[in-house]
Amino acid sequence: MTTDYVFRVGGEGGEGVISTGEMLTLALARAGFQIYTFRTYPAEIKGGHANYQVRASDKLLLSQGHWLDVLLAFNEEAYQKHIQDVRRNGGVLIYDTDSYQPPILEGVIYYGVPLTSLATEKIGIKLTKNIVSLGVLAHLFDIPLKVFEDLLKERFGRKGEVVVQKNIDALHVGAEYAKQIPRQDRIQLGSGSRGAKHLVLSGNESLALGAIASGCRLYAGYPITPATDIMEFLARELPKIGGFVVQTEDEISAIGVVLGSSYAGKKAMTATSGPGFSLMTEMIGLAVVAEIPSVIVDVQRVGPSTGMPTKTEQGDLYLAVYGGHGNCPRIVMALTSVEDCFYGIMRAFNLSEQFQMPVVVLSDQYLGHRKATVPVPDLNQVPVIDRRKPQAEELAGFRRYRFTPDNISPMSIPGMEGGGYVAEGLEHDEVGYPAASDHENHLRSTQKRYGKFGQIHQIANDLVRLYGNPHPEIGIIGWGSSEGVIREAVEIAQSKGYSVGALHPKILYPQPIAKLKEFIEGTKAVIIPEVNFTGQFATLLRKRFAYDFIQLNKCIGLPFTPQEIVDKIEEVAAHVHSSRRSHPAAV
Amino acid sequence: MSTVPVEVTPQQYKTEEHPIWCPGCGDFGVLGSLYNCLAGLKVKPKDLVVVSGIGCSGRTPGFIKSYGFHSLHGRVLPVALGVKLANPSLEVIGVGGDGDGFAIGGGHIPHAARRNPDMTYLIMDNSTYGLTKGQYSPTSPAGYQAGSTPYGSIEQPLNPLAMLIAYGASFVGQGYSGKPRELTELVTQAIEHKGFAFVNVISPCITFNNTYKVVPPRLKEVPQEHDVKNRAKAFELALDTQSVWLGVLYQNPRPTFEQEVSHVIEKAQASSPPRLEAIFAEFS
Ligand SMILES: Cc1ncc(C[n+]2csc(CCOP(=O)(O)OP(=O)(O)O)c2C)c(N)n1
Ligand code: SF4
Repeated sequence: MTTDYVFRVGGEGGEGVISTGEMLTLALARAGFQIYTFRTYPAEIKGGHANYQVRASDKLLLSQGHWLDVLLAFNEEAYQKHIQDVRRNGGVLIYDTDSYQPPILEGVIYYGVPLTSLATEKIGIKLTKNIVSLGVLAHLFDIPLKVFEDLLKERFGRKGEVVVQKNIDALHVGAEYAKQIPRQDRIQLGSGSRGAKHLVLSGNESLALGAIASGCRLYAGYPITPATDIMEFLARELPKIGGFVVQTEDEISAIGVVLGSSYAGKKAMTATSGPGFSLMTEMIGLAVVAEIPSVIVDVQRVGPSTGMPTKTEQGDLYLAVYGGHGNCPRIVMALTSVEDCFYGIMRAFNLSEQFQMPVVVLSDQYLGHRKATVPVPDLNQVPVIDRRKPQAEELAGFRRYRFTPDNISPMSIPGMEGGGYVAEGLEHDEVGYPAASDHENHLRSTQKRYGKFGQIHQIANDLVRLYGNPHPEIGIIGWGSSEGVIREAVEIAQSKGYSVGALHPKILYPQPIAKLKEFIEGTKAVIIPEVNFTGQFATLLRKRFAYDFIQLNKCIGLPFTPQEIVDKIEEVAAHVHSSRRSHPAAV
Repeated sequence: MSTVPVEVTPQQYKTEEHPIWCPGCGDFGVLGSLYNCLAGLKVKPKDLVVVSGIGCSGRTPGFIKSYGFHSLHGRVLPVALGVKLANPSLEVIGVGGDGDGFAIGGGHIPHAARRNPDMTYLIMDNSTYGLTKGQYSPTSPAGYQAGSTPYGSIEQPLNPLAMLIAYGASFVGQGYSGKPRELTELVTQAIEHKGFAFVNVISPCITFNNTYKVVPPRLKEVPQEHDVKNRAKAFELALDTQSVWLGVLYQNPRPTFEQEVSHVIEKAQASSPPRLEAIFAEFS
């Protein structure tokens, strides 16, 4: 039987909930399991309710899961909030007996541990109660203690021997106490069989590493949840590779620095969330008309306005596709998994370089902040592409925006003899001289800029993923971070006998028309699940396809669970079949 | 060894694009002085990037044989910073109008000043919005009457020099487009200054705010004995709004942003080999 368990830790923010979750995650990863975490944060800096969920398994994990196998609740609020998610056929609740006494629920196994008093009486530091709880988990579920000890040494090593020892003691106090708990559950982990070397990365970390691998050497950004950790990660790591991070005065400046840098030959990136992305739209237009390769990441959160900063949503697709004035072609990609964050951002840099246009990369809080085990990235999987530079003979009478058969012009870099030109935000001629009154030139230039889409459609078709039945009765078209959840739902539905398949494009604009068409044809119904209110992708698809897509929208600041998608598949399947019976023949 | 010095003339920096400015516009004087500076300093066109915003003044890069970037209204400084960080060996000159710099782009100035990248920032200050036909700008005097202020402006003008000194610019100067020789000298000093050099150039808009008669009587040269490192004295001159002070008010070099960046990189590399694989190892 494969191991597959979901743990959740809940309590007061600032109480060590997140660090407990992180350490449990790393321990499970090092013990050889695949992991998949899920975090929701309080909006408050200190206090407020926090929780951290980790799923561990021997097999590739596609979603955060649904039912909890173990809930570690530090206080009553955590119990109240999460008990309904605990499996009623043997799920375990571990609670702090010093904090509260929960009522007994049918089917749930209760292990009370005096976490606070063990920490205060045996260690003398109340805050070590979360380490005590890790000891309890380690003993109960057979996670090797040694793995936790190593983690504590790494985590607290800088604070000195004494602190490390106190924490290791706390771990043992927990493990010791757990020995006397009469076991009723059957949860057992031991060591996993994941094999091969893996890294434990969040989506944001994976993306940042991918940016470095793409050759990005300058990052400019302004702090905003849930994108800030990309900036902080790169601020630490980029200088090691010779790059740098500037924290600019606002997001307009951030994207301005990116355009200036890229124009001058250094690949650059910015990452933000909705509010910052809104501010950047004017510059996206500049990057389009001046044809400057640029990568803009939007780690989406709930909008509009300041919205719900720590919660997830897929609400910025319209802005990504249409934001800005005028006829303004850009590429919009959506990242789908922690691993895809690495290769996806590499593709984004490549596309921006190849087509000399801005690429907007959509991630979201759910993906950016969750951690997963990913195989050590293969630096050769996505070969790095650089922009087309002028040949020597092109530099005589250099025309930066020359009309070419593939609509891509040579781009010189300052410092290049003979390559001087003005990157021009006014409509311009082939040289780059303003042509603000030349009507024919405007059409020609607009055609040139949109003409790049021809090739991009092809690439978009190649970057489509298909899961389940490739010619299904019920199709699902999803985008972005829902990939794994949808894939898992398809597997479940298929195992129940449904004819289901999913198509997941990585480039959302311009769209992989051929692949979409092929997939849609022959289906009886197509469901489009989106974590937004109106169905933004569905709306875009309706413009291209006269098809009655069925929307599944979730708009509570949380991602889908596989179960929710399975439920929809079953509902739609029932409808498809009954309507077939009730309309026997079309006359 | 004797080499024949290569003669570089201001003419060589002219492009085929003819300035679209109104005859008599102050911006011609600024452009002429720029040609002279570049020739005097023998700046290689391939190593020069002129970044501009939007406005009449924003058209400047098109008239200079070099690399250029005609960006967005108010966004000269972020773009210029990006260029400089990408390649610190480039000569970077930012140009824009008083609306471009002090109104819509005003939020960027303090940060450019305190970071101190090695670049020159020229404001062509005509105290009006030339391109949009003469509305009042942040440096227009109270009472200024135009399309959007038919009853006269009720706002006080800002003080560019005092502002830049306060923000920590390491070079602050002022010139007049009608005094090209002095302006050439000033801008040359600004370009040679290692750090963020701000030059406010009074450059009249002959069409919408013709100040050719009112400015000259107020012009005064910064006195010979003025100590350019003395910030308090520089403020004193800047705050004297009766006069239009010409010359360098403040100059006090300090490490540039690019130098500080390379120190950070050295520090980071001291402890880690510059390889992505080494970073991967931190996450296993
Ligand atoms: C975001 C934005 N808002 C408004 C404008 C319109 N606009 C163009 S130039 C300008 C003001 C120009 O005044 P100034 O910067 O002083 O330059 P000048 O034309 O006087 O040289 C304005 C408001 C614009 N181009 N972009
Ligand atoms: S409108 Fe004024 S600033 Fe613009 S070109 Fe004419 S004179 Fe110069």
